[in-house]
Amino acid sequence: MPQELAYLKESASQTAGPYVHIGLAPGAAGFEIYRQELGRDMTGPNAKGERIRVEGRIIDGMGAPIKDVLLEVWQANADGHYAHPEGGGEVEEGFRGWGRVISDFDTGEWGFDTVKPGATRGRNVGTQAPHLNLWIVARGINIGLNTRMYFSDEAEANAADPVLNLIEWENRRGTLIAERTERDGMPVYRFDVRLQGEDETVFFDV
Amino acid sequence: MTQPGEFYQRDRSIQPPAFTPGYKTSVARSPRYSMISLQNSVSEITGPRFGHSDIDAGDNDLLTNYAKAGESPIGERIILHGRVLDENARPVPKTLVEIWQANAGGRYRHKKDTYLAPIDPNFGGCGRTLTDENGYFYFRTVKPGAYPWRNMVNNWRPAHIHVSVFGTGFAQRLITQCYFEGDPLIPICPIVQTIPDQGAIEQLTAKLDLNATIPLDSIAYKFDIVLRGRRSTLFENRLEGN
Repeated sequence: MPQELAYLKESASQTAGPYVHIGLAPGAAGFEIYRQELGRDMTGPNAKGERIRVEGRIIDGMGAPIKDVLLEVWQANADGHYAHPEGGGEVEEGFRGWGRVISDFDTGEWGFDTVKPGATRGRNVGTQAPHLNLWIVARGINIGLNTRMYFSDEAEANAADPVLNLIEWENRRGTLIAERTERDGMPVYRFDVRLQGEDETVFFDV
Repeated sequence: MTQPGEFYQRDRSIQPPAFTPGYKTSVARSPRYSMISLQNSVSEITGPRFGHSDIDAGDNDLLTNYAKAGESPIGERIILHGRVLDENARPVPKTLVEIWQANAGGRYRHKKDTYLAPIDPNFGGCGRTLTDENGYFYFRTVKPGAYPWRNMVNNWRPAHIHVSVFGTGFAQRLITQCYFEGDPLIPICPIVQTIPDQGAIEQLTAKLDLNATIPLDSIAYKFDIVLRGRRSTLFENRLEGN
């Protein structure tokens, strides 16, 4: 027998279920318990950069919006730095770059306010186009889905982005690009995620 | 430029696939195209960090965090404790662990739960804590009850506590469920059985830990959580033209 490797195995994922709100957003479940719920303020008061809103729905294979979904967002600041020791540089006091949002129980719409991130360093050389990292869980989703949201007004950076360019099918790259509109003078990006179908959103095995 | 160590590739042979028809809700909620494999960049190796200003000391005590003064929830008092480790068997310190569960009767405090078992006025059903420097965490709670759910006509969930963990990088993000040793519903639960590996199911099953019980007060179960590990040696792996 060769020597044994002493690695442990990652714990298996299980669905977040329909009552994920109790643990991660108890106010939405219908009760107040904590001094503060986490993930509501993504940027803090000092964040530089353009204030934006991001909205969308997660649409299932029947074409229906998922009304019990929970998303988490992880993003860099306007300088392209993540709030982490290996994140590429300093961030503003109070900037976390992490958000947690749930869909509306009636419409499936979700949305959050943040700042537009800057380009981040690439894996080897160069940069990655500005993007948000999204993690999606819900009843019926056995293991959290990882995807990215890019910005429609960053066409040049998107065209050079090493991750978008990994996607062999060029027609699928657009599933990761949110369309910029304006509402009351504020930029609003629309990002609908489709779990199945011809225009299924690209998901990543990270 | 030195590249940061990546997380080890996720072992999909022990993780549930997206499409698991025995768990019917997964059918319309499972992507069908292959995921794009992504070598980790700064976006995946970093992740949110939490501190003691985010949470309160009593948040991990479900026996008291929603109970009226001097009252307690109904049910079997338990301690759920363990460590968050990575695949290298190293502790993951100062990471956020959040849990949620049904009460002892199998009812959730949630406006969408209509099961006929009663709400417990002294039980909220959620808790959170940060691991210590050794990756250790503990909660006090009541053992949740089994409950029926709509899948097949007659499916029952084994007693379980939902667990959410962060780690140090967003690629480690994990939500899972903790089951309890000896529960006869485990092998016939369609959600448990989405996991294709028996060892992985056993790894989600907390074991009675008699040494950690508090005599005449609370029984204890041990539940360790393993997150993905990271490469510690930094070899360059430069892709052509990338």
